[in-house]
Amino acid sequence: MPDELRPTPKIRARGRSFLALVLSPEPPLADWLAGLDAQIARSSTFFAGKPVILDLSLLAPDTVGLAELYPALCARGIRIIGIEGGNPNWAACARWDWPAGFLGGRASGAVDIPDDAAPPRVEVPRASSLIIEQPIRSGQVIMNPEGDIIILGSVGSGAEITAGGSIHVYGPLRGRAIAGMNGQPDARIFTHSMQAELLAIDGYYITADEIDPRYVEQPAQIVLTNDTLVVQPLVAPAFTRRKA
Amino acid sequence: MAKVLVVTSGKGGVGKTTSTAALGVALAQTGQNVVVVDFDVGLRNLDLVMGAERRVVFDLINVIQGEAKLAQALIRDKRIETLSILPASQTRDKDALTAEGVARVMQELREKFDWVICDSPAGIERGAQLAMYHADHAIVVTNPEVSSVRDSDRIIGMLDSTTEKAKGGGKIEKHLLLTRYDPARAARGEMLRIEDVLEILSIPLLGIIPESEEVLRASNLGAPVTLSSPDSPPARAYAEAARRLEGEKLEITVPTERKGLLARLFKGKS
Repeated sequence: MPDELRPTPKIRARGRSFLALVLSPEPPLADWLAGLDAQIARSSTFFAGKPVILDLSLLAPDTVGLAELYPALCARGIRIIGIEGGNPNWAACARWDWPAGFLGGRASGAVDIPDDAAPPRVEVPRASSLIIEQPIRSGQVIMNPEGDIIILGSVGSGAEITAGGSIHVYGPLRGRAIAGMNGQPDARIFTHSMQAELLAIDGYYITADEIDPRYVEQPAQIVLTNDTLVVQPLVAPAFTRRKA
Repeated sequence: MAKVLVVTSGKGGVGKTTSTAALGVALAQTGQNVVVVDFDVGLRNLDLVMGAERRVVFDLINVIQGEAKLAQALIRDKRIETLSILPASQTRDKDALTAEGVARVMQELREKFDWVICDSPAGIERGAQLAMYHADHAIVVTNPEVSSVRDSDRIIGMLDSTTEKAKGGGKIEKHLLLTRYDPARAARGEMLRIEDVLEILSIPLLGIIPESEEVLRASNLGAPVTLSSPDSPPARAYAEAARRLEGEKLEITVPTERKGLLARLFKGKS
């Protein structure tokens, strides 16, 4: 097809907003830079990857050290995307790499610069289930010491599933399932098709040879009763059927 | 004094695991204490071929890392009581094998058994190196194909340089086990001839195992061919190889199918 007949592709653009930080240096600049350095020392990565706008409105064209301000900020890894409140024609700014600024923008108040030294937020512990929606292959190890593991798929021979809580396999369980690893005797193992190589709850285990053949390839659950692993058929309790 | 044997080849799929299992059974059937050790960490198969996969709890890596005692990891064969298997781990990789750990386990196995047969992984990397390191004897499994023969040549070079015996100035005893040998294809010139393989590798021949459906069937049944059909040609070839390992001098032949009376009567009519 000749080029002129080819339809011009339509360009689509999506919006994305970033918060730009505005720095307003004040004289004397040496002290201001020292303050900035102290801030960076406490929060080393705060400026990393953040766009910064330099606001010169507190400074005058003859402020001592103005010429060195821009290179000093660049040297500290601060990425200046715009300069406002000043004029590129100021003699002190003659050697600055004055960026083309951005229009508009909305002031959004002071931004707290976090201290690295401050204690991290306390994570609220959460009994988390690990849900996996793909088959677990031979040799793969899936571990969730915190809670349950739910697998929507099969667990291959030679794979190993280890959970602090219970293990649910909505598919054939052909590998190993180790539940209640941190001492939870009430953990259970459920599967749509019992073909496991090894089953363990709270440190008690049985191997494939010890599984009653009646339950093999059947839906089953494994419960620890009196320090013994018991394989039971997995059947829902009889519900009274509601009328449609 | 225990003998440590490594079954190795370089190339994959030539019959290392099958040969380990078949020879292990053949040696144990004479009443000697035999252990077969799976060194193929991450891709274990020996437990399946030996029919022990349903009884694996601990493995070689657990023993090496001190998480289980050797006695806990050894699985005794249900059919031959002098035969045991030490399975590999499927969930780890060969980096979990440490030189010190392997040395400790091999020392313990030497004290317990008459024969320690190590099934090497394919390749020439860490797993294969550690499998062969402590061996007194090596069985180099080779198919009569150029690629297999070249890989075997490489392995023989390593047996002569990187093993404990070789480093101590000694020499590891090497035996060639030619597997998947098809007399009909060999007659048509589609395979390397036995003489050519022997000439290239120049190590003594331990046996020739004929290609056979029987072997494949045995592997899938979890019963080594020397156990499942001891009268089949491959089983007889393995049994003779085991006797040669014990020092018997036997003439090397290629066992073939014994034709029944009916087969002979109807020869040429089918």
